[in-house]
Amino acid sequence: MKYMVLIANSEEGWTGLSETEQRELYGRISSWWDEQAKAGRIVGGHQLQGPETATTIRRDMAGTATVTDGPFLEAKEVVGGYALIDVADLDEAIALVSQWPAPDILEIRPIIDRM
Amino acid sequence: MAPDRPTRTVVDAQLAETVREERGRLVASLVRILGDWDLAEELVQEALVTALETWPRDGMPRNPGAWLLTAARRRAIDRLRRDARYRDRLALIGEELRTVAGPSVESADPLAQDDRLRLIFTCCHPALAREAQVALTLRTVLGLETPAVARAFLVPEATIAQRIVRAKRKIRDAGIPYRVPEAPELPARLGQVLSVLYLVFNEGYLASSGESPERRELASDAAWLASLLARLMPDEPEAIGLLALMRLHLARADARFAIDGSLVLLPDQDRGAWDHEAIAAATELLARSLRMGRPGPYQLQAAIVACHAAAPSYGATDWIEIVALYDRLLSLTPTPVVALNRALAVAELEGPEAGLAALAPLADRLDAYHLYHAARGVLLRRLGRVEEARAAERRALPLTANPAERRLLEERLNVGS
Repeated sequence: MKYMVLIANSEEGWTGLSETEQRELYGRISSWWDEQAKAGRIVGGHQLQGPETATTIRRDMAGTATVTDGPFLEAKEVVGGYALIDVADLDEAIALVSQWPAPDILEIRPIIDRM
Repeated sequence: MAPDRPTRTVVDAQLAETVREERGRLVASLVRILGDWDLAEELVQEALVTALETWPRDGMPRNPGAWLLTAARRRAIDRLRRDARYRDRLALIGEELRTVAGPSVESADPLAQDDRLRLIFTCCHPALAREAQVALTLRTVLGLETPAVARAFLVPEATIAQRIVRAKRKIRDAGIPYRVPEAPELPARLGQVLSVLYLVFNEGYLASSGESPERRELASDAAWLASLLARLMPDEPEAIGLLALMRLHLARADARFAIDGSLVLLPDQDRGAWDHEAIAAATELLARSLRMGRPGPYQLQAAIVACHAAAPSYGATDWIEIVALYDRLLSLTPTPVVALNRALAVAELEGPEAGLAALAPLADRLDAYHLYHAARGVLLRRLGRVEEARAAERRALPLTANPAERRLLEERLNVGS
């Protein structure tokens, strides 16, 4: 099954880490990511720029699009990236995502495959 | 007719037990084979309806499990033939249906796993909300009807129905697997299952006698589920420990309420009204789990209850042992409620002042818990600090909705002036 993993940075998680510690953590994330990608468990994904770069478009049934500054959810936790994973079932997804090397919050959502 | 009644009751009880055993087993197998929870339950329900029509007339079959299995299997194949979704897989499914292991059926494969274990672990999957785990387990594993679940939890029927529908949908759509987790995940997942069963038990056990009978039956239903789990996982000491814990509580249940429905606390209980045979059996069960050398929170809680149950009187309780057991329990599960119970044992061992001192650090975390204030009330009264005791009891009163507990607090407030 394919799942989208939304990766959110919690406020408490990364603050308090020195720049060196943060760089080290990024290093751990990227080597873990490469390993999973090589094994075929991560099939896509990116890190995103910060919420201050977000633009939200709300489009109604009449076709009007309203453009606003900022993310669509004003929350403490901000989506910072995503991964597309391909595993057997939710237990495997949970096991994989539980290895995420950084103090973040991760949401697993099954993907609707229309292929 | 009167002379018929006892036999009827025996047959009814036997029938009820057979239905409880076989229904769950069949549902579990059909869920695995068909991958469709609703269809599985429907087929088994239909087979049961036929059985309940046929058996009283023709007598109970020698092997009721095999009878039901055959009936459900026939219906399943019949239904699947008419359903386009299954046409391609019909041959395969038909073959699997033939190999479903009935317990009482001489199974060709002695290792055939009882599918109920998969069913239980899936119902209690951590990706489901706690209320959904509870409702789904009671509905699917135990076979409780939705209205009964609703009455037991004092929740509207529609709410329970919706929880069950949503949970089944999430299992399907999110890809929650139908299996018993493997070694690395097993301890945590088993913990989830045990806590669901214990929650159900407590919900029933704490209910007062005046309330709907479903609530009290819930405790024995939970004990039945725990015995099922212990049978299916004979090498898991915590599963056995939970069963021993529930049975130790149930063995003393009759002494917990006075005839007028009011709550009788441990010091005042008539120990002659306890079921000492059941206590001995449960204590032996606990000893068996402890011999496995992997103690855990349920075994320790059972050991505490067993220690109370072994005491000839409240005064003669081995408080040194009880405090030692609470210390071990607290090191495994450092929750404020465990600390509260430990403080009460400390009060018995070292006096009410020591108990109050042990309660003090819990003030913030247990401020909204009625038993914290009630416990302070008891200890303050023992020290003759009646005004402070009354203040604590007045704090406790609005924090519980249980009528028996409320009555007890009100009585204390009335006599304490």
